[in-house]
Amino acid sequence: MSMIFGVPIAVLSGQLLLGLINGAFYALLSLGLAVIFGLLKIINFAHGAFYMLGALCTVVLFNTLGINYWVALFLAPLIVGTLGILIEYFLLRKIANEDHIYSLLLTFGVALVIQGVLTNIYGVSGMRYAIPEVFRGGVNLGFMFLPYYRAWVIVAALVVCFGTWFMIEKTKLGSYLRAGTENSKLMQAFGINVPLLVSLTYGFGVMLAAFAGVLAAPIYSVNPVMGGNILIIVFAVVVIGGMGSIVGSIFTGLAMGIIEGLTKVFYPEASSTVIFLVMVIVLLVRPAGLFGKEA
Amino acid sequence: MSTSAIKTHSRKAYLESKQRAARRNMILYGVLVAFALVAPVIFYPVFLMKVLCFALFAIAFNLLLGYVGLLSFGHAAFLATGGYTTGYLLTTYSGFSPEMAIIIATSAATLLGFAFGVVAIRRQGIYFAMITLALAQLVFFFYLQSPFTRGEDGMHGIPRGTLLGFIDLQNNLAMYYFVLAVFIFGFALVQRIVHSPYGHVLKAIKENEPRAISLGYNVDRYKLVAFTISAALAGLAGSVKTIVFQLASLTDAHWHMSGEVILMTLVGGVGTLLGPVIGATFVISLEHQLAQSPVGDWVDVILGVIFILCVLMFRAGFVGEFQKFYKKNFK
Repeated sequence: MSMIFGVPIAVLSGQLLLGLINGAFYALLSLGLAVIFGLLKIINFAHGAFYMLGALCTVVLFNTLGINYWVALFLAPLIVGTLGILIEYFLLRKIANEDHIYSLLLTFGVALVIQGVLTNIYGVSGMRYAIPEVFRGGVNLGFMFLPYYRAWVIVAALVVCFGTWFMIEKTKLGSYLRAGTENSKLMQAFGINVPLLVSLTYGFGVMLAAFAGVLAAPIYSVNPVMGGNILIIVFAVVVIGGMGSIVGSIFTGLAMGIIEGLTKVFYPEASSTVIFLVMVIVLLVRPAGLFGKEA
Repeated sequence: MSTSAIKTHSRKAYLESKQRAARRNMILYGVLVAFALVAPVIFYPVFLMKVLCFALFAIAFNLLLGYVGLLSFGHAAFLATGGYTTGYLLTTYSGFSPEMAIIIATSAATLLGFAFGVVAIRRQGIYFAMITLALAQLVFFFYLQSPFTRGEDGMHGIPRGTLLGFIDLQNNLAMYYFVLAVFIFGFALVQRIVHSPYGHVLKAIKENEPRAISLGYNVDRYKLVAFTISAALAGLAGSVKTIVFQLASLTDAHWHMSGEVILMTLVGGVGTLLGPVIGATFVISLEHQLAQSPVGDWVDVILGVIFILCVLMFRAGFVGEFQKFYKKNFK
């Protein structure tokens, strides 16, 4: 069997694939955080909870109503996104003028409530969700085995990431969004409904998290606490990339997933901490983050 | 009246009002200490010790959030470092003196705090919160994987030892008065820092950082020192807590704990000296009551709801709201 650095290629590429998939989730989640941060200037601590809600929604929709994966792929983000808009409208809006630390704490409280309620209903043991029929099995690429579903996750995540980038950078709606990021008061004066835009932006960011949750449902164990740990990793990813650019958060997310995968091959003990170590190094060398603007 | 006369007059009035406030505080603190001294007659000492340990933890946290304006989401790391170091020393070396263990554990937390500080103060605001959270998660994984912490099981049956060679801490009452002494030391230290010229610079940084920089203060160094002191006190709280409960576990290192200390400070009153103490008492008592009630599983949800309500309409906390009320009606 062919080897690279004393590691069989099949093992290496297998871990690279896993890393790429984790990276796809990091990218989707940090993208959502970046979109919300852009207009609302808050860090959404409930992002992990919304990711979890997306996955849980998919499982529950299937178990109770028999709704299949493809419908859930649209329905779950819609449900969770609506919940996000309600939270923005009834809670976050009330403290929009206070120090941003308070909105961080508020979303932390929201995360505790969502996670606590669902833990009481569903327990913390994982629920299984079958991989949709079309994606069972995989293809042998010669140097590795590629399960179809994993390929789909990467493609779907990349398409959504690209779509988001396109919408924000190239469309009229995106230009409003960017203008709002620069100066929301002036934009309000131009007659654009900023509060509505804020609600929709928050809802959209939440939808991205829920979409990631649906993608995750068939491959990860679905339970009410699945959002907590991934959120902290995504925070580190955000610090590494900086909130400067959409492309930056997508790229950093994927790169961190791959680095994590490689660490699993060469030094497994450090695989859960490597992203945090990268964060420390980046902060020491380039405090604004790889893609961030010096504030 | 000449302007200088007005100045002297207003300065005199200012000093007098300061003195009055100081006297009032001395009386208040005196009453509280007297209450703490007789409290074990009324309440279960172990419960009181838990309250005191968390109150010290919250005071340490509040030094940063309340007086420098830095929201740390990683203070659990210092609490756990204090706890694990103490546990390791007392279980590994039989007859190790608790006071030495506390000193070494506090030093370990201080060093860790310094390292955190060097990295984290490079960014401000919510970035600071995210960085401290990520660093604390790094520490969490370290403790999870290190064999000496016994991972998910945690350390149990840590001996309390004999304080200074002649006070048996196995006695709950002796333990209580020792914890009380440590707590008063921590409180007095923070009180001293806040009212010192150094503390005033910290407050200036909190109010207007660019202005503090333009006045020539080395803002980063002030922040780093404050962060390190805060970490040291959190480590002290963790160390004493481990001796009280004779156990050190991953619960202390989890980000949930960092969130809890924020809640305590927020409920009690950010940026007030007594706020964190009252907040810790409130949260610990609440958890204690809920744990025995039929809604025990809903503790997290209830804490989350309190968090939301606090942020929405009770941002000044018990002490802050009381001060507002007092100023409005009695001044």
